Amino acid sequence: MDHGREINLTTHIGGGLILRNPVMTASGTFGYGREFSDFVNLHHLGAVVVKGISLLPRSGNPPPRIVETTGGMLNAIGLENVGVEAFLRDKLPYLREIGTPVVVNILGDSLDDYAELAEILNDIDGISAIEVNISCPNVKQGGVAFGTDPGMVRAVTRAVKAKTSRPVIIKLSPNVTDITVTARAAEEGGADAVSLINTLIGMAIDHRTRTPRLANVIGGLSGPAIKPVALRMVWQTARAVKIPVIGIGGIMNAEDALEFLVAGAAAVQIGTANFVNPDTTERVVDGITRYLQESGCQALQEIIGTLRLC
Amino acid sequence: MTAHQLKSEIVRKEQLAKDIIRLTLAAPEIAVRAIPGQFMMLKATDKMEPLLRRPFSIHQATSNGLVQILFKVVGAGSKFLADREQGDILDIVGPLGHGFDLPDDPSANLCLVGGGMGCAPLYFLTKRLLTNRLEGSLQLYLGATTAKELAVVKEDFENLGVKVFAATDDGSLGYHGFVTDLVAESLDKELRWQFYSCGPHPMMNKVARFCAAEKWPCQVSLETMMACGISACLGCTVRSSPAKLISSNKQFLHVCKDGPVFDSGDVAWTTAER
Ligand SMILES: Cc1cc2nc3c(=O)[nH]c(=O)nc-3n(C[C@H](O)[C@H](O)[C@H](O)COP(=O)(O)OP(=O)(O)OC[C@H]3O[C@@H](n4cnc5c(N)ncnc54)[C@H](O)[C@@H]3O)c2cc1C
Ligand SMILES: Cc1cc2nc3c(=O)[nH]c(=O)nc-3n(C[C@H](O)[C@H](O)[C@H](O)COP(=O)(O)O)c2cc1C
Ligand code: FES
Repeated sequence: MDHGREINLTTHIGGGLILRNPVMTASGTFGYGREFSDFVNLHHLGAVVVKGISLLPRSGNPPPRIVETTGGMLNAIGLENVGVEAFLRDKLPYLREIGTPVVVNILGDSLDDYAELAEILNDIDGISAIEVNISCPNVKQGGVAFGTDPGMVRAVTRAVKAKTSRPVIIKLSPNVTDITVTARAAEEGGADAVSLINTLIGMAIDHRTRTPRLANVIGGLSGPAIKPVALRMVWQTARAVKIPVIGIGGIMNAEDALEFLVAGAAAVQIGTANFVNPDTTERVVDGITRYLQESGCQALQEIIGTLRLC
Repeated sequence: MTAHQLKSEIVRKEQLAKDIIRLTLAAPEIAVRAIPGQFMMLKATDKMEPLLRRPFSIHQATSNGLVQILFKVVGAGSKFLADREQGDILDIVGPLGHGFDLPDDPSANLCLVGGGMGCAPLYFLTKRLLTNRLEGSLQLYLGATTAKELAVVKEDFENLGVKVFAATDDGSLGYHGFVTDLVAESLDKELRWQFYSCGPHPMMNKVARFCAAEKWPCQVSLETMMACGISACLGCTVRSSPAKLISSNKQFLHVCKDGPVFDSGDVAWTTAER
């Protein structure tokens, strides 16, 4: 950048983890990193969050799994993933080599699953944090049930924290009446940070055939359509908890990311936008840098949580 | 495999029929690597809507850095592309996916069956096949709803020196009926054929069944909804055939990565999920 001036973009996302910049990838939209190596310099990202990993491989839901909707998309992938063993053997070495912090997103059907995953990952080099998906709407067991019950959120958080020394990020479900309740439950359980939002449960119907457009009938809505909801929830959560908040939902460009930072997010994750423009993450880093240079800031921290209420 | 995201200039636009457009794009990085059967993801808006890129087969890639797409207007994204003019810039990602496997044996007899816009990748395939051979026969079947949709493309194939067996639903050009029926009626079954097919799902299903019965190898190019095209979203699945499930232990295959071209025996030909 020829504007010259170095900006301090570092940000603290809990548990002592400091990122070189606030731009992370959202789980399930960036594969295991390598898929984007033709489009993005992975060294330039704050962190890579990988596709959700379970104890055993999962083959996911039958097709059709995705459908485009106005300003977004619905997905019912069904948490297809290679399982923790293949992840550690086949996927992690590449990311470890890159050196950008790796956040492993985990999912399970029971408290024991989460605890066991946390324990397995705790012994592995090259993992900077664990993000716990308690909110995926696609799987019939677990998923929503964990993310919507404050008692369960606390229990999952404790179970994972008990088995790992790594920072633990609890990824919250937006499919609740008051997200600050589950956010506080995560904090009470010992979470180092919360990330939000996961997808909003939605549905699409073909009225001519009178059939659902997804084989799973319902799916998770993502993309620009959900941004106002995500922003609102991030703002509310940032005021309700003391731990760092990571903002997710419909971020397409640097301006969107800056809105989340102003609302109180310490970092952001970019999801669906990776499909639209595979180089979005890197562009957002550049765009945030440029904005800070132009507005005379020295550091990212000068704008986080600076929303002015009239 | 390396893919590129490019800002690509439209160097030529051809209106082949009312709703059928061919665009020639300057995309040297893609052209040099492209394999027949591979596709590109095109941004089909300059705004936010439609949000997702649209997949299109590579219709032709030339040594002077050009790629072509041939498409039909079916909705907002293809309409946007059809409304672009020469000199406009498109945002494209490619080449993507696993293309057609070319025959190792130069004397193999090859049968290509295209339906509708399925003729798009078959043109690139035919050109590539012709550069390497031929000792065996190459037989090409193209089907369309009506003559207007077929005429220009048919001529292009004929200019390559290939005889085209044409079929139209309304009988306005060539055989009156399904292209698959024309294949069944006219192909020399004394020979052993290697099939390549691209077109509507029911057509490829028939081709696949026909080949399975004759024990001929058959490659098909499948379509699904795609969000990313680069194996990140895991949305573009088709079900594996029972045989493939046993051999690979994979219940689903991903069209953007394992395909779009598959051995017809690897995929389950259920229609319920489409
Ligand atoms: C690997 C691959 C290669 C393709 N190659 C070509 C090509 O060479 N030429 C060509 O004309 N088309 C091709 N298609 C289909 C093309 O991608 C769709 O026609 C296009 O995405 C429609 O976008 P739209 O916004 O115009 O229509 P939409 O508004 O999105 O949809 C309009 C209608 O088109 C149909 N449609 C939408 N998406 C698809 C799809 N992915 N596949 C099939 N039907 C769809 C649906 O029935 C829908 O109701 C290809 C698809 C794939 C997956
Ligand atoms: C195709 C797809 C797959 C996803 N898979 C996961 C997943 O495995 N684990 C998870 O925690 N979130 C998953 N998500 C949710 C995203 O990480 C993100 O929270 C959500 O999409 C909202 O952000 P966006 O609007 O930027 O996409 C997935 C989203 C999409 C679109
Ligand atoms: S289209 Fe996203 S994985 Fe195939």
